[in-house]
Amino acid sequence: MSYEKLKVLRGINIDVRPSELVFIIGPSGSGKSTLLRCCNRLEEPDSGEIIVDGEAITAKGANLNAIRRRIGMVFQSFNLYPHLTAGGNVMLALRKVLGKPKAEARAIAEAALVRVGLADKIDNYPNQLSGGQQQRAAIARALALEPKIMLFDEPTSALDPELVGDVLNVMAELKRSGMTMVVVSHEMRFAKAAADRVVFMDGGVIVEQGAPADLFANPKQKRTRDFVGQIEQ
Amino acid sequence: MDALLQQFFNFDIMMQASPIILRGFGMTLLLCLVVIPMGLLGGLAVALASLSPIRTVRWITIIFVDLFRAIPPLALLIFVSAGLPFADIRVSPFAAVCISFLLNNSAYYGEIYRSGIESIGAGQTDASRSTGLSASQTMAYVILPQAVRNVLPDLISNTVEVVKLTSLASVVAFAELLYAADMARSVTYNASPITFAAVLYLLVLWPVVRLLSRLENKMQN
Repeated sequence: MSYEKLKVLRGINIDVRPSELVFIIGPSGSGKSTLLRCCNRLEEPDSGEIIVDGEAITAKGANLNAIRRRIGMVFQSFNLYPHLTAGGNVMLALRKVLGKPKAEARAIAEAALVRVGLADKIDNYPNQLSGGQQQRAAIARALALEPKIMLFDEPTSALDPELVGDVLNVMAELKRSGMTMVVVSHEMRFAKAAADRVVFMDGGVIVEQGAPADLFANPKQKRTRDFVGQIEQ
Repeated sequence: MDALLQQFFNFDIMMQASPIILRGFGMTLLLCLVVIPMGLLGGLAVALASLSPIRTVRWITIIFVDLFRAIPPLALLIFVSAGLPFADIRVSPFAAVCISFLLNNSAYYGEIYRSGIESIGAGQTDASRSTGLSASQTMAYVILPQAVRNVLPDLISNTVEVVKLTSLASVVAFAELLYAADMARSVTYNASPITFAAVLYLLVLWPVVRLLSRLENKMQN
């Protein structure tokens, strides 16, 4: 994926390889969420090009809805549909976008919920689930569409500390299964354990990037050093 | 005291007037069955138009809503029923009521839907669009079900108002409940038929109003 000359983002040029887990860190307002949201055009880049799986999604006639279902996205505040059960949340796009019959959609939803450890929650409404369970259901909702890439926008920031682990475990399992992932998060321990590359952004530009061990231990730029020092305290 | 009972609660006169009043009651119910669904659908259209990405559509909607919320519904009804014939359009009293109610109710219901739609956070749209649902699918399956639930008390409350406003149809000689009761009153020189009509309105609306109070309480908790 490459971008050029955005307002919030400037001169960004980044490639994510298949099965790579790229971690994006940076202070708030650095443009990391905007970068993520450009990847499925929830945010419209003013200029530049974004290519996902060989397809230029910024092209004029691009079929956005077809592209988006191959790009899973997980949000900070989960954004589960409160009027639908966990199963209903997963099934909606299967039914309405992929046109799956109800029984098949439910079978896929069950499998997706099993994968995130929510086998017995398919008929529960979001308000009957803990934060961690809600976020895992949201991951299942994205996974059920068999995306080529998963985008995580601060997936654990809204969670109580004791619930973070469950969500990270699911993400680690995804990584092991070969999913391509771009994660905006400050979970440093997870980044060190699972990320292939860490990208540090500030002021709408990529300041520095590298393997997690290098970037955290020996940041080259002062801004990176300051930031890493702050969040590791 | 006796005179009061004679004038307002005369059971014999109520019985005498009951065939015409019950027929009027039937017409009121029929009118409700037509104008309420029309208003609910028209209001939905107004709400969606008011959120249109096209600026001109939004402006036209704002003018429509302001206009028909500001014009007294009775004035609108008289205007439609007495004014349209000058444009060589003949409308029956029933049609005149339907047209003016559609205009008035769409404006009111539209504002209720709109506030409901606006109460749903942008995250819901993000989630829905990110899974490939189109804008209209997102509206139909994600936003509207939640929006309608959030403003259900307002929708019901407005519907109670609409039911009561159907009595305006009496002004253009549509033989609904109040018209029938008033005819009976003028024939019998006795107000008891009006009491009868009021009791019928009460019987229909009281359970709804009660339900509304419970719903409002439930939603506050």
